[in-house]
Amino acid sequence: MTVHSFQEHFDSLIDREIAIEPKDWMPDDYRKTLIRQISQHAHSEIIGMLPEGNWITRAPSLRRKAVLLAKVQDEAGHGLYLYSAAETLGVSRDELYNQLHTGKAKYSSIFNYPTLTWADMGAIGWLVDGAAIMNQVPLCRASYGPYARAMVRVCKEESFHQRQGFEIMLNLSNGTDVQKKMAQDAFNRWWWPSLMMFGPPDAESPNTVNSVRWRIKRLTNDELRQKFVDVTVEQAKILGLSVPDKDLKWNEERGHYDFGVINWDEFWNVVMGNGPCNKQRLETRKKAWEDGKWVRDAAMAHAAKRKERKAKAA
Amino acid sequence: MWEVFIRSKAGLDHKHAGSLHAADAQMAMENARDVYTRRMEGVSIWVVESSHIHASDPDQASSMYDPANDKIYRHPTFYNLPDEVKYM
Ligand SMILES: [Fe+2]
Ligand SMILES: [Fe+2]
Ligand SMILES: [Fe+2]
Repeated sequence: MTVHSFQEHFDSLIDREIAIEPKDWMPDDYRKTLIRQISQHAHSEIIGMLPEGNWITRAPSLRRKAVLLAKVQDEAGHGLYLYSAAETLGVSRDELYNQLHTGKAKYSSIFNYPTLTWADMGAIGWLVDGAAIMNQVPLCRASYGPYARAMVRVCKEESFHQRQGFEIMLNLSNGTDVQKKMAQDAFNRWWWPSLMMFGPPDAESPNTVNSVRWRIKRLTNDELRQKFVDVTVEQAKILGLSVPDKDLKWNEERGHYDFGVINWDEFWNVVMGNGPCNKQRLETRKKAWEDGKWVRDAAMAHAAKRKERKAKAA
Repeated sequence: MWEVFIRSKAGLDHKHAGSLHAADAQMAMENARDVYTRRMEGVSIWVVESSHIHASDPDQASSMYDPANDKIYRHPTFYNLPDEVKYM
């Protein structure tokens, strides 16, 4: 086949909603875009463990601690599923880690905000995992097979993450005045960054067209953001918390909530590395990687020894 | 790199669940347990070194499966029998 006919065949698979698998021919740009998107997502999963890890030792009860631990453990698993999916595209894990550690690769900017109170564990589960789920459910039908399958697994596990967060918020909202205030404060701080999680507005997101065409993005940033606002505003009512947006208003004609202007300067500033915790997150991650070196070395040495012993016994 | 296959319950096939890195088979098994069966997803795990898997070439798919294409007589529906025939 010529490159031209390879391309035609690829296009027709995409058009017929047939999955692309690792050994199939694919355009370079498709491969590159996938590696970037999947690895960014993987990085977000493992950096995402840090803000919550901050509260594991201080969870208010054994039940809460077990739940938070299980959630953070899931996120590590999500990172692994996604790194593995990226590896099927021919990039190595070492290279991906290197991109993260040198700051060449990005992760979701939401994780550069601090977790100040226990209520932040509620707000993160409810809003951040909620936004992530909104983003990820359509990706279960992404065109690249290993990615779509990883997302199915991730989505199955995510639903408890959001529910446990909402439960924390519900308990605090029904608690003492101080607790209710704490919940509202966390909501105030996490609401806008959560809306930013869907990425820049469609008009300023030039890659969207290709990504939608390739089915590695099934809905645009603005479509997903609107969906998130519509469902979350209703959930906030159940909590009795007020959405920190004075421009929020139901639009009868559109059948959607109108909401205020997002501070994109803040978003870009955090993306560029100037958020409250960018440095700390990256340093923590790098330190964990370096401190874990002896464990990896020991595992290899142990495996070699085991092999040797087996050979001798045989 | 290792590929992980999981039997979700007795009587079913092992199915590919994903992959992971490990130093040897035993460690791959332990990691597979920790990552892929946290919610009782399985009753049995296989781990196979990825390099041991030989995959067919998708570009050869047409010639590979073409011989089976025109043999519809391999399917039971190919045969027309009178309605009176029962239990067949
Ligand atoms: Fe995620
Ligand atoms: Fe996750
Ligand atoms: Fe999550």
